[in-house]
Amino acid sequence: MAAINREQVAHLAQLAHIEMSDDELDRMANELAVIVDSVKSVSEAAGADVPATSHPIPLTNVMREDVVGHVLTAEEALSGAPDSADGRFKVPAILEES
Amino acid sequence: MTAHELIRSSAAEMAAKLASGEITSVELVQAHLDRIAAVDGGERGVNAFLHVNTEEALAVAADVDARRAAGEQLHELAGVPIAVKDLIVTKGQPTTAGSKILEGWMSPYDATVVKKLRAARMPILGKTNLDEFAMGSSTEHSAYGPTRNPWDLDRIPGGSGGGSAAAVAAFEAPLALGTDTGGSIRQPGAVTGTVGVKPTYGAVSRYGAIAMASSLDQIGPVSRTVLDSALLQEVIGGHDPFDSTSLTDPSTGLADAARLGNVAGMKIGIIKELHGEGYQAGVENRFNESLELLRGAGADIVEVSCPNFGYALGAYYLIMPSEASSNLAKFDGVRFGMRRLPAEGPLTIERVMGATRAAGFGDEVKRRIILGTYALSAGYYDAYYGSAQKVRTLIQRDFAAAFEQVDVLISPTAPTTAFKLGEKLNDPLAMYLNDVATIPANMAGVPGLTLPGGLAEEDGLPVGIQLLAPAREDARLYRVGAVLESLIEAQWGGPILDRAPSLVETVVEPVETLDYVETTAKEAN
Repeated sequence: MAAINREQVAHLAQLAHIEMSDDELDRMANELAVIVDSVKSVSEAAGADVPATSHPIPLTNVMREDVVGHVLTAEEALSGAPDSADGRFKVPAILEES
Repeated sequence: MTAHELIRSSAAEMAAKLASGEITSVELVQAHLDRIAAVDGGERGVNAFLHVNTEEALAVAADVDARRAAGEQLHELAGVPIAVKDLIVTKGQPTTAGSKILEGWMSPYDATVVKKLRAARMPILGKTNLDEFAMGSSTEHSAYGPTRNPWDLDRIPGGSGGGSAAAVAAFEAPLALGTDTGGSIRQPGAVTGTVGVKPTYGAVSRYGAIAMASSLDQIGPVSRTVLDSALLQEVIGGHDPFDSTSLTDPSTGLADAARLGNVAGMKIGIIKELHGEGYQAGVENRFNESLELLRGAGADIVEVSCPNFGYALGAYYLIMPSEASSNLAKFDGVRFGMRRLPAEGPLTIERVMGATRAAGFGDEVKRRIILGTYALSAGYYDAYYGSAQKVRTLIQRDFAAAFEQVDVLISPTAPTTAFKLGEKLNDPLAMYLNDVATIPANMAGVPGLTLPGGLAEEDGLPVGIQLLAPAREDARLYRVGAVLESLIEAQWGGPILDRAPSLVETVVEPVETLDYVETTAKEAN
């Protein structure tokens, strides 16, 4: 498995929507390299015949009656938002103007 | 009974005193609020609480007293106060998750466990400190400053639930709620000399617990006695249609199991891989004493091997960040919490998200989000996340094989006693190793309990003993835990917490005391 480098960290930070300074990227790349190295053994632990477990207690198709249950009012839903208008969340531009 | 004696009682004793009319809930809540005021704040305070809910707690207490006086039949724990980890949402109190990104945020709904506390009429004293989004093993990753260990204010109280454990250890609350993703209830319990339980995955609803890793997270009780945790799990457990991973099993019989008082003929397995090398001498010694005590009580102690536990930590540090990176995507500066505008350049929502998350998240949260994003990215998914999920199967098989031979498993809860604040803060890997013995339970969904096993001789700090049972067999933990607790208390001549410093002298005005000592020393010269 390849070690994680600074360039990858910069790309991942962009994907994860976290701005990072140059210093932060350097530090993060070093720390993550050590962590990634320490978890390497995991890929060697199980053979191809071992099934994956995604959930500790298997449950399937948990359904409920199709009736209105516990819902927030629009006012409650907007109560913690940094900005709202006309009963909606308000955000800056979605697209950059060219 | 003085307020000092009152707050040192167990929750069960407090409940009995309330029921008999010896004390009122208002007196009980006020005694705890006074204790919080005396030891929690200031430079050298415990800092277990991020918010103190004075008014509401006293109002609920007064209501309980009025109802009891009118002869109403109330829940056994009605009027007994409790603290709630600040990862669990509460109406009427802020919920921060220990993060700047949620500073001042008020949830518009209650978590299911909080609803259940309200239904039982348990006054909520406030919200307790934690590592940001429950990511850490020392509470040092809280954006609101670390919690201090009541045993030694220069040491960590464990994490992520250091606030809940320290609050209970410092007699600021008899009970608290915690959450446990890789040991966040049990490891703080171990290093503060308290009891904590991670129930079977799904035994307690997670609706309203801010999710870190959804396939691992579990809410559970924090207390000073095994019986108190059993009583609390009965309050908060049971099926919840709002959590689709919630089990339909009823949460009954746990306190009865704690009161059973015998382990004769039970088979208890020592996990070969979870003690010995890498464990502090005093931890190992207390662990061996516990085995002797259980053997003396008629339990059959055998050794079992769980060979794949060696991979658990690595697999956990792939699965947990992967799920966390996805769960934390919702903190985007749109629906709740902080919004930070970029310092320069065009103002688009994408750039606002980047600036908001940069300013709102701390280092450990960023580390785990990046690690999780990496483990889930195309080309790496099979090698990382996929492999880790296979390891999970192997760990479950190890547990299944072990529980064919024994009724419960036993190990130290944490490899060491409480370390110094700052000691491991800049070494993420060393910090992660604290959870080596607690993580397997989360990976397999089985329940785990920690109780104080005495003090390590080299540093005088508490050691935790962990019990593990098969999924849905939480009652076994309470049965064995309560017996072991009474044997250890008999050996030590009382509860381990009786040996903790009283705090009031150490916390209140330490600077003046020092000045005074220096002045008198000079005068003497």
